[in-house]
Amino acid sequence: MEHNSQRPPDGGTRRDHPSSLAHGSAPAALSVDRLSKRFADRVAFDDVSFEVGQGEVFGFLGPNGAGKTTTVRTLSTLIAPTSGSATVAGLRLTPENGVEIRSRISVMPESPGLYLRLSVLENLQCFADLYDVPKPADRIDRALRAVNLADRARDACGTLSKGLRQRVALARALLNDPQLLFLDEPTSGLDPVASREVHELIDELRRQGVTIFLTTHRLEEAERLCDRVAILNTTLRTIGRPDELRDQLFAKTLTVKTVTPLSEPGDVFDGLPAVEDWHHDGQTTYTLAVSDLALATPAVARALVAAGADVMAISESQHSLEDVYLKLVDEDQAVQSK
Amino acid sequence: MRIDNRRVRAIFGKDVREFRRNRSLTVGMAIIPIVFSVQPLIAVFTLNTSASNTLQHEHVLLYMLGIPALVPSLVAAYSVVGERQQGTLEPLLTTPIRREELLLGKALATFAPSIAVAYLVYGLFLGTVELFAQPGVASALIRLPDLLAQLVFTPLLAGWSIWIAIVISTRANDVRVAQQLATLASLPSVAVTTLIALNVITASWPTAFVAAAILLLLNGIGWRIASAVFDRERLIIGIR
Repeated sequence: MEHNSQRPPDGGTRRDHPSSLAHGSAPAALSVDRLSKRFADRVAFDDVSFEVGQGEVFGFLGPNGAGKTTTVRTLSTLIAPTSGSATVAGLRLTPENGVEIRSRISVMPESPGLYLRLSVLENLQCFADLYDVPKPADRIDRALRAVNLADRARDACGTLSKGLRQRVALARALLNDPQLLFLDEPTSGLDPVASREVHELIDELRRQGVTIFLTTHRLEEAERLCDRVAILNTTLRTIGRPDELRDQLFAKTLTVKTVTPLSEPGDVFDGLPAVEDWHHDGQTTYTLAVSDLALATPAVARALVAAGADVMAISESQHSLEDVYLKLVDEDQAVQSK
Repeated sequence: MRIDNRRVRAIFGKDVREFRRNRSLTVGMAIIPIVFSVQPLIAVFTLNTSASNTLQHEHVLLYMLGIPALVPSLVAAYSVVGERQQGTLEPLLTTPIRREELLLGKALATFAPSIAVAYLVYGLFLGTVELFAQPGVASALIRLPDLLAQLVFTPLLAGWSIWIAIVISTRANDVRVAQQLATLASLPSVAVTTLIALNVITASWPTAFVAAAILLLLNGIGWRIASAVFDRERLIIGIR
């Protein structure tokens, strides 16, 4: 599956984002180097490089059609990459290693893909045999208890709700004690309660040290669950811890709220230490771009008091991962429309 | 190539359970044998003893080889495209199973019930003829060479139909289309057995040996062809 001779369209320069491991020098559970996949003229994903450490929960974000699912399918040996290379669970991504790679990993696709005419137990028994799991009854029992479905084992999957089916699919993915677990949109189409249950299960897996590769376009999910995230929009746009990405992309800002508008806000904010810029954000709200919050915040407070302002609040403006995501995707759209 | 028996058994067991609980498949498997046995039964019961001389030179019962040619094609045509349509193919292919193991498990899951149905219906037919037809007619119809032919050609014809249907199933995007095409593809086998039953093609021991050898070879080739056309990427991405 390696076709390193093919250069990506941008000339093949390495990206300047931090794609290396967040967890020290432990061997990577997944290592991807300039991987690309094209279907005839359509590029699914291009020149993607990153590493996922052992025990890490790695979020793979991107809009619909960004190439997230195709990346998962490629790394799980379902489809062959057009170029680039990867190491999955310690094995080179080659057709010869396909069976061995698939026995070390698990994939939970977006759709649970259960046999609806069969019971939960029959579904899991089939997959335990396919994974050649020793002592399958014990393993199935453990997987069912992990997803709180032991009492529904005899029920036909067709009678289960969408959330319960998702849990069965997760139990199925745990049968082989995977070194690397791919979760493709695990909460897609679930109601908030079912989503929370899946989040709790992922949290539990993280505590057990399972390496998880989570694709999602639910940003609050990624922010809550993931140690690091990558944002893909055909090419990898950025990668890092959610707080790192916020700091990289957005200036630190303070929001000041007063009871009445300041008569001369420029006299108050101009020249304060670590305050780089300011602007009105409504009549009694001021947004200040600062270089150092610890230096700027007390200085702003003192200046406001000295100016006799009635201060309601001075707070750090929080940018969410969603802000990061939207900024990058908007940038891509702006480039494409030019 | 190493075949893991446990994986083959897993697919076999899962598919047999699925087929058993799929009403459209079980109904389909029941209708074909009824069609193939009711008309001959009526014909046999209307014959009197004087027809036994003519019957002794014909191979009317070979007409029932249409059952193992047609019944498995319906089920095997469902096997791959059915998994695709219900979204179960992707989870299946992310397990360590090899395509040869998957296809062998699926073929056996179709083969076993089809053979059981074909032999059962044949046995019931013979029993009914023996019990209720004119004595001369029964003895003229039930002859050892024809019984042997039924015994040998039933699995061979079923196997061939299964591999053709699986090939069609891996290429089709819709279950019904796959089943219709697989049925059409089985018709040449039905035509040959019918022509032999009607004495248009003369049955003889050499013909039988050659036909059996050809079918055996075709079964081996069928597995290889089905494995070759089973392309994970195309099946997952859905491109033709």
